[in-house]
Amino acid sequence: MGYTIIEKIIRGHTDEEVRAGEIVWLDLDVRSARDFGGPNVVKNFCREFGDTPVSDRSKTFFTFDLCVPACTLQYADNQQVCRDFARAKGFKVFDVDEGIGSHVLIERGLAASGSTVVGTDSHMNILGAVGCFGQGMGDVDITFAFKTGKIWFQVPESLKVFVRGEPSSGFSAKDLTLYIVKQLGTKKAALKSVEFYGEAVRKLSISGRITLCSMVTEMAGIIGFIPEFKDSVASEIKSLSGEEFNHPYADKDAVYSDAITIDIDGLGPQVAAPFLPTNVKDVGDLEEVKIDSGFIGCCTNGRFEDLKAAARVLKGKKVKDGVMLKIVPATRKVYKQLLEKGTLKDLFESGAIISNPGCGGCAQGHIGLTGKGEVQISTGNRNFEGKQGKGQNYLASPAVVAASCILGHIAGPEDI
Amino acid sequence: MGKKGRLIEDIDTDQIFHNAFLHITELRQMGQYALGNLEGWKDFPGKTGPGDIIIAGRNFGAGSSRQQAVDCFKSLQTGMIIAPSFGAIYFRNAVNSGFPVMKCSKLADLIAGGLLKSGDKIRVNIRTGEGQNQTRKEAFFIEPMNEVQYNLWEVGGLFSYAKKTKKD
Ligand code: SF4
Repeated sequence: MGYTIIEKIIRGHTDEEVRAGEIVWLDLDVRSARDFGGPNVVKNFCREFGDTPVSDRSKTFFTFDLCVPACTLQYADNQQVCRDFARAKGFKVFDVDEGIGSHVLIERGLAASGSTVVGTDSHMNILGAVGCFGQGMGDVDITFAFKTGKIWFQVPESLKVFVRGEPSSGFSAKDLTLYIVKQLGTKKAALKSVEFYGEAVRKLSISGRITLCSMVTEMAGIIGFIPEFKDSVASEIKSLSGEEFNHPYADKDAVYSDAITIDIDGLGPQVAAPFLPTNVKDVGDLEEVKIDSGFIGCCTNGRFEDLKAAARVLKGKKVKDGVMLKIVPATRKVYKQLLEKGTLKDLFESGAIISNPGCGGCAQGHIGLTGKGEVQISTGNRNFEGKQGKGQNYLASPAVVAASCILGHIAGPEDI
Repeated sequence: MGKKGRLIEDIDTDQIFHNAFLHITELRQMGQYALGNLEGWKDFPGKTGPGDIIIAGRNFGAGSSRQQAVDCFKSLQTGMIIAPSFGAIYFRNAVNSGFPVMKCSKLADLIAGGLLKSGDKIRVNIRTGEGQNQTRKEAFFIEPMNEVQYNLWEVGGLFSYAKKTKKD
C-alpha cells in the first residue's frame, strides 16, 4: 500500500508507523509565533521552562505581521515582550518591517519542499503551495514546539480533487479558488489533506498556488498540495528561496478517503458574498452591489503578481470618487518589486492608498477596518461578520476588486 | 448526553463553558460552570461525581478553542469522555492537558442496543479499548488510546512530558 503526500512528508519526520488516523511525534524543521499568540508562548515558556534554552535557535522565529508597526498599546507591549524573549534566547525576529510571516518563511527558504513548519497562524497551511507541511496551532502547542522541536499530530486522511475544463480568459487563480471553496464547502475537505490535480492547477504560478492553498483553511481542510507544476514554478521558487523545489508526490497505490472532480468549463470571475467564503456566485449573477471600499492584499492575494494584475486594470484610470482602495503588499520583497517595476506608480496614480507590508486590511491591524454599513470588496480569504470591522465584505480576485473600485460597484475587469 | 437514548451532536465549547465565565483561571472554580449553557444539563455539576464517565454525541467540543471547556471536567474529576468524534481543537486541548477523551464510532449502536444507559456502572481499559458494563454484565469496545496520547495522559499533559523527557 502506497503513501499520500502528507504521509510521505510525515514519514520523513518521524520514526513511527505513518498511516492516516495514527498519532505520531513529528520533528519540526521550523517553529514560529507571531505578534498574536507569541506573547502567550513567551508567558507559557517562562512559567513552565524558566531560563532553559529553546530547542534549536536556528529553527525558531517570531514573525510580526498582524499589527505592524503596532497601532495599539497592547500590540506594542506584546511585540516588545517577544523581542526581549528572542534576544534572551538568541533567536531571530522577523520584525514589523518584513511582512506576512508565512510569506517571509517561503521567501527565506525556511519553508522548503518536504519540510515541516508550525506557527500561531491559522493560514500557515499556505506553505502547502511550496510542498511544505505548514500548520497553525495554539500557543500551548507552539510553546512545546519551541522547547522540544516536536509536536504530536494525527496523520490526516487525504482527498483527491481533479479540476477539469477550460475557463474563460479572465478567470484567475482566485476565481478558481473561490469556485473550489464553493464546491467543497466546509465538509468535504474537513480535517483532510487535499491533493489538487488537473491542467488548471498545474498551470498556476507560485502566487496562484499560494492563493489556492491559503483557502484550504476556509474549506476546513488541514493542508492543500499541488504536486504537478510548470518548470518555471520550480525555478521561481528556487530563485526566491535559494532552495531546490522537490515536491513530494503520492504513490500510485496511495489510499484516499475520496476523489472529487470539479468542472470549471466556461467559468468567469467569481465573488463570495457576505458572510461566508462558501457563498460564491458568478460576478455576472450579482444584482448591482455598490461599494464604499476595496482592499487588495492578505496572505491570499498579496504577491507581486496579484498587485500587478490589479495595476493592469487600474493603469491610466481613477478609483471612483467616494470609493477608497487600500493596497497592502504581502512582504517587503513584494514592495521592492512594485517599486522597481514601476507598478507602485500606476497604483498610486489611480488614487489607491498603499501601505507597508503585513496583514493590515485583513486582520484588524494597520490599515483600518470597515464601519457599520460599509460595503467592501476584498481579496482576503474570510468574509465572516465582524472579521474586518462592522461592514459587509465580498471576496474576489485583485482584477475584480480593481475594476469594482473604478466603477463603484462590483464588476469584472471586462466591464470596463 | 441526551434524552431518550439519543445523543446530542455538535455540542460546542460555548455550551460546555459559557463565555461569560472565561475570566476564571482557577481550576477548582471551573467545575461549577460545566455544561452550564447546555439546555437540559444546567444541573450537571451538582449531579456528577469523581470518576464519572460522560457519553456524548458526535463532534463534541465543536467551535472555539477555550481550554476551560476541557478544564471544567478536570475540575469535577470526570473520569473520561467517550464520543464518536470530537472537535479538532477540543481534542488537541484535551490530549495536551492529559485528559482522557476516547473515541467510539459505534457509540450510537451501543446505546440503541441497550448496552449503555445513563447511570450504568462501566469500566473502560484505555490501553486495550475493552469496556465492561458491570450493571448489565455486557462487554463492549471503544478505540484504545494511541501510544502518543497515552504517553501524554500518563505524565499529565504536554508540559510535564517536555520536562520529563528533558530534551534541552
Ligand atoms: S493576511 Fe489575514 S488571514 Fe492571512 S495571515 Fe494575515 S491575518 Fe491571517
